[in-house]
Amino acid sequence: MQTKEPGIHGSSEVAERVSHSATSDRPYKIVLKGAAFFFGAVVLIFVWSVLHAAWPALKQNGYHLITGTAWVAGGNGPFGAFSLILDTLITTLIALLIAVPIGISSALALLFLVPPKFRTLGASLVELLAAVPSVVYGLWGLWYLTPWLSHTVQPFLAGITGSNFPFNGPQEGFSLLLAGIVLSVMILPTIVAISRDVISVVPVDLIEGGLSLGATRSQVFTKVILPTSKIGIMGAIVLGAGRALGETIAVAMVIGSNIQMPHSLFSTGGTLASTIATEFGDASGNTGAALAALALILMVITASVNAFARVLTNRAKATA
Amino acid sequence: MEVVTTKIEVTANMPATKNEIAMQLKDVSVAFSGRTAVRDVTFDVEEKKVTSLIGPSGSGKTTLLRALNRLHDLTKGAVVEGQILLGDTDVYNDKLPTTLLRSRIGMVFQRPNPFPTMSIYDNVVSGLRFNGIKKKSLLDEAVESSLIAAALWDSVKGRLKNGGTTLSGGEQQRLCIARALAVEPEILLMDEPTSSLDPISTKAIEDLMGELKNRVTIVIVTHNMQQAARVSDNCAFLLMGDDRAGELIEFAETTKIFNNPSDSRTLDYIQGRFG
Repeated sequence: MQTKEPGIHGSSEVAERVSHSATSDRPYKIVLKGAAFFFGAVVLIFVWSVLHAAWPALKQNGYHLITGTAWVAGGNGPFGAFSLILDTLITTLIALLIAVPIGISSALALLFLVPPKFRTLGASLVELLAAVPSVVYGLWGLWYLTPWLSHTVQPFLAGITGSNFPFNGPQEGFSLLLAGIVLSVMILPTIVAISRDVISVVPVDLIEGGLSLGATRSQVFTKVILPTSKIGIMGAIVLGAGRALGETIAVAMVIGSNIQMPHSLFSTGGTLASTIATEFGDASGNTGAALAALALILMVITASVNAFARVLTNRAKATA
Repeated sequence: MEVVTTKIEVTANMPATKNEIAMQLKDVSVAFSGRTAVRDVTFDVEEKKVTSLIGPSGSGKTTLLRALNRLHDLTKGAVVEGQILLGDTDVYNDKLPTTLLRSRIGMVFQRPNPFPTMSIYDNVVSGLRFNGIKKKSLLDEAVESSLIAAALWDSVKGRLKNGGTTLSGGEQQRLCIARALAVEPEILLMDEPTSSLDPISTKAIEDLMGELKNRVTIVIVTHNMQQAARVSDNCAFLLMGDDRAGELIEFAETTKIFNNPSDSRTLDYIQGRFG
């Protein structure tokens, strides 16, 4: 038992406080457990309701929903989302190919090359880019990048390959390429900000260790800093990929909303997310269920990407 | 005033041509953004000897050491004045690339800093690879000879592919010494190399230094006076002046510094009256 000695406040007061603290723990625990239970329930109900909504389309199309290339909207299908899955992956890949090298280089520059007085400015610019709503990026892509692409970029690229794959077809601006470019600008702040954070915690000891062995700055970047922070940089890339895979409205505004098998980077198309956004008004027949199925596929893809990231991270940790 | 006369006296007592000089410091000062951290240090580093820099915290020992391989180049606002000669080469004014300079002047840091993403083998050859050496036979040879020189070969030869950070603290520090030696520098700078190590590892490193000075000139910063007395041949005693800038109080053979110093402040420090 607690002390029976009469203290400053007397023993009864101490005993009262002790019993009070024991009982006051209980509601706290109930609230926490309740919140955890509620959260788990919400996740289950959410997944179940998407599955439930998609069920008619799943039953009707089976695995053709993933492998099928024909998507007949506004009725009872068939609904084959293969081209949508491809478009989603292609646009994300384009975005990563542009944003990863630029993003990591920018992070290194912000940390090591930009004079200190401009570093805060650079960091604020990155934050500003991250805070711009996606519909604004969509508008920017629509108004400024579409003409630039159709007049300058696409003719130039087509010139390189002699109008062969992957730069063949109509040069109208709206395309997988444009969607990828817009996405790359959107995920750039994520990649810069997170890479910068993880690179900035690389110990100065290691950088000086490299330099003291006669390494050049670029050798220190590539052989010391990047390998040491690769787990975090991978995290940055995966988070960027996650955003690109799920980005909806900006893509819908520039991709040309057309469900067809991609045959060129200049193809118009539709990603899983953008197609849900452009088609959701049409719920005739099984179309609504098919869109819910797209949502399900999108969720599986993004969950897999995260799981993949976790596997990589664990492996990197195990070998470090 | 006293300081000046002391300096002249010590210099005059030094055996002038008995030993080769590996490095010369002439009126070396280091300032950060206009604030002087250490000023007007002049002494010679003898070849194949251990020179220790001692003094209380803030006396500019580490600052001075880092001036020798131009590590202050990274710090904005850092200015090194005076002259530092590596052989006949002016470290700051001649057109010697810093990468080349740093492969001639190796460095071991306070805390062991092996590259965590590299194996023991890759750590040892990292400096050689930075300098463009790729031939496997050369690298293999360098790994063995450097690890032998760092007294680490016998305990790691069976696990060269293991990560460098899997070793104990003392072993990691010897790995860092091996890594520095692999580039075959003329000078090895050691910045309190045992301050983060246990007594047994410290003894191992101190013993190692006795052997290393047959192949390389060592300049060591230490705040452990006994260590300076045990390992060094020459000793520089620095002290923070009234304006908080470090100054060289006395430079002489270690036995003289510890047995018969010329300056009363050196005596006070050696006898533990401050610091």
